Order: sequence, then structure tokens, then C-alpha cells
Amino acid sequence: MSDYTFRFSKSEKRLVAVLIIIPMVLLFIGVYGGLMQTLFRAGIIQSDPFVGGDYYKGLTFHGVLNAIVFTTFFAVAFGNAIIPYSLKKNLNATIAWIAGILMLVGSVVAAIVILIGEATVLYTFYPPLKAHPLFYIGLTLLVVGSWVASANWVPMYLQWRKENEGKKTPLAVVGMFTTFIVWFIATLAVAVEILFMLLPWSLGWIDEINVMLARTLFWFFGHPLVYFWLLPAYVMYYVFMPKLAGGKLYSDMAGRLVFMMFIVFSVPVGTHHQYMDPAISSQWKLLHGIFTFAVALPSLITAFTIAASLEYAGKLKGSKGLFGWMGKLPYFKKENWFFAYLITGLIIFIFGGIGGIINASYQMNTVVHNTAWVPGHFHLTVAGPVMLAFLGGSLYLVAQFLNKEVRLKAWAMLSPYVYTIGLLIMSYGLKIGGLMGMPRRTNTGASYANPDSVLYQADWIPYIDLTVIGGSIMFVGIVMYIISFFTTVFSKSKGAEEDAIVTFPISEPLHDEPATWLRNFKPYIIIAIILIVLSYTPVIYDVLQATYGGSLPFSPDSPVPLR
Amino acid sequence: MDNSEKLALGLSGFLLVLFFGAIMYAAVAKDIDVPTCITDMDPFVTDTLFQTGPDTYELQMVARMWAFQPSTVRLPVGSTVDLYVTSQDIIHGFKVEQHNVNLMAIPGAINYMRVTFNKPGEFMYACHEFCGAAHHTMAGRFIIEERLDEPEIIGGTL
Repeated sequence: MSDYTFRFSKSEKRLVAVLIIIPMVLLFIGVYGGLMQTLFRAGIIQSDPFVGGDYYKGLTFHGVLNAIVFTTFFAVAFGNAIIPYSLKKNLNATIAWIAGILMLVGSVVAAIVILIGEATVLYTFYPPLKAHPLFYIGLTLLVVGSWVASANWVPMYLQWRKENEGKKTPLAVVGMFTTFIVWFIATLAVAVEILFMLLPWSLGWIDEINVMLARTLFWFFGHPLVYFWLLPAYVMYYVFMPKLAGGKLYSDMAGRLVFMMFIVFSVPVGTHHQYMDPAISSQWKLLHGIFTFAVALPSLITAFTIAASLEYAGKLKGSKGLFGWMGKLPYFKKENWFFAYLITGLIIFIFGGIGGIINASYQMNTVVHNTAWVPGHFHLTVAGPVMLAFLGGSLYLVAQFLNKEVRLKAWAMLSPYVYTIGLLIMSYGLKIGGLMGMPRRTNTGASYANPDSVLYQADWIPYIDLTVIGGSIMFVGIVMYIISFFTTVFSKSKGAEEDAIVTFPISEPLHDEPATWLRNFKPYIIIAIILIVLSYTPVIYDVLQATYGGSLPFSPDSPVPLR
Repeated sequence: MDNSEKLALGLSGFLLVLFFGAIMYAAVAKDIDVPTCITDMDPFVTDTLFQTGPDTYELQMVARMWAFQPSTVRLPVGSTVDLYVTSQDIIHGFKVEQHNVNLMAIPGAINYMRVTFNKPGEFMYACHEFCGAAHHTMAGRFIIEERLDEPEIIGGTL
């Protein structure tokens, strides 16, 4: 089943390339914003030299462009590539293009509104801070576009099932459908928040909204969102990585079990972001905490399965002893640059995973909630394994679909290592700073890190300085990547486009059990819905009966409401 | 599923159960909990501090753009404070350094936590949720003193 090729239509290929290249430009704007934030926080700059404006505007486009726009585009582009490839069926290109255009228009509109300073609300857009209506409309178009794109895959899959009765669905397809099932369920809540609350309120059609309810709906979406980020990376870990390492996937069934567990447990966990919120009873927070521990299990299984697959690869190359395989992996092979993006991500994810369990640990959240620890944590997840796998995947996809050879492979291979070193330094600074009480989402350079301010906190300074050093190294890593990426994009194609074929490194399983009980999504979706209803009904009830009054909209610049 | 896989799965499950056991122990035996629903209290718009017992106080705190009311709270060592926090405009966040108090201040809801100050010193509370242009200047402090005649709050009601 491995190493086969597939011929995509010209239109499909262009679409995948567009869905990778344009978000890459937006990503780079966001990455630039990230670098500026470390400088702002240390008090090195007081205004953004290029975009103008303040720290919080930069923080908004950093979060929205990197965490929401780039990730959603990659997931859709990757699905548009790997699903037709795995099922050997072409996309309905018209629908796929409509979806892509909706997403592009939405993202560009949202980005412009943020850059002109009309939506300085950060990527969580909590009311009663109000953004321009076009910000909410832009995000809606992005989400609707992603729905259309994924709906396009459903008839292909159903057709495949009819033609291949009794056969296992390719693991990559299971993974991508899992990604979008989780995404669809999660985005329903944020669609309700935006379409029935934020947008009409922003347009002035309704005066007041319930802030706690909006916040709770946001987190119904906000935590499964992280699995939407993580799952395409998991697909690459399970499907590509063993093969890139020169081995096999240790267990096919483990992969299928992990994906089904994500469908079941991804959503009924959102309240663990609201441990410190009012108006939700602590026992329901504890229930969401239990489910959060349950959703840690598939990640622990993944850690074992991928490590076992890599161990198998190392042993094939003649490694000795318990840990000898670790020395036999292709870490610094220029031709195997893709492996570097996946292995660095996995190493980072060890720390990201531990931090996640700490955050989820109910009372322990009191120590870290909304401190700089939190961005320290999620840069080790979404800006670690997710970002690196997506960057590696983007370079691979763009070269395949534009029929080019990857250029500057040594740069491309070294970039994730440089980035990882910077990331570990930056996150260490943020995490220790957070434990000392440094708040997140705060322009410390203008107060806590300013020696002239009454709020000056001398003991935070070394850790703020670490974030500057780490952030600058991360930026260098990304610049190396961007140079390799665009040199590849603008290089000459290999031969005529008509002959171009696409191939992915698909791993064979070492243990391949029938696992008939893991072949159908339906029972797992039903269990997920039951758990969601059970875990969220009491939370929503609490929020509605323990809150009073509504909130008028506010601008970030004035304590007086906008109407 | 081979034996090493079963072992890994078993150990993972055991680890998570162990962690969860620690949480339950802290919650049940040590009474360390997270904020819960407060429904037995009338909404308040001004800050107040009053003594409820020999070493116990109730403090009602209002967060607004861009200050905490009160901004300074002076109390004797050993005080236990029932802390109620709300917001009069947008979302704010409240955490006291070196103490396990962390509360979101949200308009339309009252948040509550109890905290005991066992050692003297100054303990800052900085707003930790983005609340607009001057968010980074929104902070206050508890001043805990060995000998104190009169507990007081400063920078309160406007």
C-alpha cells in the first residue's frame, strides 16, 4: 500500500498550493507580531515600527493569524491532499474552490480589520469588548468555508466504503475525518455565540449580552479547537513518521483507537478553562476535569506507539541496547528534512503534555491560571508540535503540488532545531515568570518591567529577558524556513505539469489487527453527543441562573460603554 | 494488542487515576477547591471591608477599567478573608502573588474564594485578563502587618 502515486487534477493542485501559500504570508505577519511582543514585554519598544499601534493589536493578530487562520487552512489543505490520495478519488474541485475562497475572503477581511485597529479583542474575543462586525463576519466565513471543504470529502468516503466493503479505511482518512468531526461539533457552539450573540450585538441590533454565557460557549469551542490543531499533526506522526524513520507503524489499531477516543472526549472538557470563573458549580468543573484526564489517555498511547515505531526503525538499522535506537534516527539528514519537523515536535510535546496535565489539575490551576505560564504552555503545544508538523507538511505539500524540488534543504532541515531551542528558552521564561505571578496578555514593558514605574517587579526581569532571547531565536528559525519555502515556490518546476504525480510517505503497520469495533465513526459520535449533553447542560443551567443583567459593548480605549 | 502495548496502556491509565486521586484528596481531605456558583448574595457595585470575627473579614472588591477598588488593603497577620469579586464593566482577572487566590472578575456574576494571610509583607494583585488599553497598569496590593490597629482599604469607592 505504500509508495503509490496519485494524479491530481490541475485545479486541485492549484487549490492546495493557494491554501498553503497565502496563509504562509499571513503566518509570517503573525510570527513578526510574536517577535514584537517579546520586545514590547521587555520594554525594548513602545510602538510597533511597521504596523504601528500597540502591544494588544499585535497580540490580536499574532493569535488570530497563527492559531486560527494558519491552522485551519493547513488542516483543510492537508485534507484536500491526503484524502483524495488515500481514497484514490478526485475532489469535486468546484466545491473545494468555493470553500477555499470563502476561507480566504474571511481571513483577509478579519486580518485587515485587526490591522487597522478595529478589533483589538485578542483571539478569544471575549465580550463585552466589542470588535467591528466585519471581524466576526470574517471569522464566520473562515469557519463556514472549512465546513464546506470537509463536507466535500463525505461523498468521496461513502463511495469508497461502498466500493471497498470489508476493507479498513486508510488511517490517514480516519484521522482527517476525526479532525473535522471534532471541529464541526466544536464550531457549532462558537457559531451560536457569534451569530446569535456577538454579531447582532456588535451591529447594534441587540443592546446587551450575557458575558458568562458567551464565554462558556467560547470554551465549548476553545478546547476541542486544540485537538483540531493537534489531530492533523497526529495523522503525520502515525502515517508519515514511521516510514520517514525507516520503519513501520508499531500498531495500526492503536492509531484507530486514539482517533476514536478524541471524538468521544474532545468536547466535554471546555470548563477546565473556566476553573476560576464564577457562576459554574465546582462539581461540574470537576466533571470536565475528569474528562480532561480521559482525553490525555490517547496522547499517552500515541507517545508509546510512536516511540515504539521509532525504536523498531532504529533496531532495523542495527541499534543495540535499550536506548541505542535513539541514536540511529535520521535527525540531521538533509534529504529527510521532513523527519526533523516531526521529531522536534514530539520532543517538545513531552513538556507540552506535562504542562497540560498540570493546567487540567483542578485546584492546581489556581497557581497558573492566566499567568504567563499559560502562553508558556501552549507555545509548547500549538506553537510546538502542531506548528512544526504544519510547517513541514506545508513545505512537503507545496513542493509536491507545484511539482518542484524542495530548495535549501539544509536550511529547511535545521530550521526546526533552531526554532525548538528558541521555543524551549522562551517557554521556560514565560513559565517561571508565570509561577512568580507574571500575568499573561500584558504589556509588561510599560509597567511591571519598567524601572520607572511604581509597579516595577525586579525579580521578573531575568525571565522576561529569556523570552526575548528565546523569541528572537524562534524568529531566526522561522526566517530560515520561510526562505526555503519561498525559494521552493519560486523555483523552476521539475518537467511538464501534466506528468506531475503526487506521493506521500505512507507507513505500513507492524501489528495490523482487524479491529472491527473501531471501523465505524457512528457509535463514537453518539457517545460524544451523550457526554456533551450530560456535561454541558448543568453548566449552561448554572450560568443562566447565577448571572444577572446584561452587558453593553465596550471599546478597549474607554471605560465608558459604547452606547 | 501485544503485551508491551497493554502494559503501556495500563500504566498510562494508572498514572492518570493516581493524578486524579491526588486532586480528590486535596479537594476532600484538604478542602482546597475552585470557585463555585454564588447565588446567595446581592449584586454589589461598591467595595467594602468589614470584620466578621476575631481574625476574619469579608471584602467585596470591584474591578473596573483600569483599577481595582480597593487598590490597597491593609490587614493584620493571620487574617482570613472571604473575598468577593465582580466587575462593573468588562472581564478582568485577579490573582494575589504567593497566595492561592485566582478569580475571574466578570460583569453579571460574583466570584468568591477564601484566603488566609499567614505572613507579613506586601502582596501584589495584577489584573491578568486583557481589559483594554491600560490593562498593564491595573494592579493593587495587600499589605499584611504584624501589629495593626485598624484594618483599612484605600483607593476604594469613587
